[in-house]
Amino acid sequence: MSLAARFRLRAPNSAGSSAAFARLCLLPLAIVVAAFFLLPMLRLTAVGAGGPKGMAAYAAILIEPRYRATLINTVVLAAATTTATLVIATIAGLFLQRNRFPGHALLVAMLTFPLAFPGVVVGFMVILLAGRQGLIGDISLRLTGGKLVFAYSLGGLFLGYLYFSIPRVILTVMAAVEKLDPRLEEAARSLGAGPWAVHRDVILPALVPAFVASGAIAFATAMGAFGTAFTLATNVDVLPMLIYTEFTLAADLAMAAALSVGLGLVAWAILALARSFAGTTIAAAG
Amino acid sequence: MLRRLIFAGQLAFTLLVAAFLIVPAVLSMLAGVTVNYFRGIRSGVTLEWMVQVWELYADTIVRSFEVAFATLLFTLIIGVPAAYALHVRGGRLSRLIEEIITLPLAVPGLAIALALLLTYGGFGAFRGSRLFIVAGHVVFTLPFMVRAVMAVFAAIDVKTLDESAASLGASPWRRFRDVIAPNARPGILAGSLMVVTLSLGEFNLTWMLHTPLTKTLPVGLADSYASMRLEIASAYTLIFFIMIIPLLVVMQVLGREKRSAA
Repeated sequence: MSLAARFRLRAPNSAGSSAAFARLCLLPLAIVVAAFFLLPMLRLTAVGAGGPKGMAAYAAILIEPRYRATLINTVVLAAATTTATLVIATIAGLFLQRNRFPGHALLVAMLTFPLAFPGVVVGFMVILLAGRQGLIGDISLRLTGGKLVFAYSLGGLFLGYLYFSIPRVILTVMAAVEKLDPRLEEAARSLGAGPWAVHRDVILPALVPAFVASGAIAFATAMGAFGTAFTLATNVDVLPMLIYTEFTLAADLAMAAALSVGLGLVAWAILALARSFAGTTIAAAG
Repeated sequence: MLRRLIFAGQLAFTLLVAAFLIVPAVLSMLAGVTVNYFRGIRSGVTLEWMVQVWELYADTIVRSFEVAFATLLFTLIIGVPAAYALHVRGGRLSRLIEEIITLPLAVPGLAIALALLLTYGGFGAFRGSRLFIVAGHVVFTLPFMVRAVMAVFAAIDVKTLDESAASLGASPWRRFRDVIAPNARPGILAGSLMVVTLSLGEFNLTWMLHTPLTKTLPVGLADSYASMRLEIASAYTLIFFIMIIPLLVVMQVLGREKRSAA
């Protein structure tokens, strides 16, 4: 029996007051989370079912062609971003964790610098790259005589989500590579495996949990990202923009609420699935 | 030979990725101090755009700091005691509570904002005040504070410390003040930096929650991107960079210290 446990037996009051104190410590949290998150989310769900369509508003997300097309757009875009980000971040992350050279720290700092950029700023970065006065348009004008402008299309959104996700995923990949057991690779090499086989059979499989965790974050973030789409003012229908227009222009509160609940559920489910697979706590980023 | 070729290829690729991330940020910083972006930096360097941004948007910059520090205050008062209680209690209920408070990270900000509007939109005074935005920011940033503090508690075995202090007869409140809170300092610092950085840049919630009288910096940014000339939008973005870069640097340094200590 530990010393503390013995004391607790002798002084049950102290243990009782500790438990009461712990409850007191949770009280502010309970009040704030209940008042400003749980209650509002319940209300959102109720409003979603309280429109003229009733509960059918939720089904409409899947059935009505306009909503379904938007949902498919959003999922395809998020999946494409996630795949591209994982490929890019794995190549760069493996390289950075495995090699040390002058300027290494600076390069890592440059790659993680945009981590705290909000979606609106990311949108502006895309405009500077691919917008009407953008760098890509400038270069293409000089090379081919045609001005390449795609910031305000699906390509621009794709570029924006890539910009947003790459720093996060690179950090996760680097941390996972650092934890790899180098003896496994040595064993594979001593058995005659070439660099390609070592990557395919040893390194990449060991990184799968990191891919799942960071991929889920990238996917959920891309699904719900509003700031970037808003700044680019795209004519591409993605779910967050649809919710916004339903709310402000169409003033269809019930449909906006139903779509929000649907979006929230999908994002949450993806993260929960990934977590049960990868076994770590993960979260989407603003 | 092949090894060197692979190395060079990977380096080139990584540099390209870094360029993709950094070049637009540098372009925007330059555009913010260039007389005419279309004619390039040769047209001259000026602080005129910064002055104009200050005249147009000074209130949003001040308000963003106010909102960020109010958010920080609330997350400290709510988050630190909660992290302590969740850590010492343990068990299924604590895990459930942790799960619930991290939900706002999975649910898109737009949905949370809509939920808050539907619930409190009728309370005119509250809805029109900065506190309404603070409420949203607190919900969104709270998990970062709680997790940062809980991570420190898990690393230093605060349970044993707490029980030793209790066995010496210290009351729960004294233990929290003299033993728990001082030991949680690294977590509180890390959490605070995160909360302030996130709050300063928060857009998804704030765009829905703000009124014309409660615009924050990211809301103003979106406004300038849509309606101002590129140089002003860039100068405004530059001010935002100047605000958050010191926070990011401190966070990176702290993270490196933690890693080298572990």
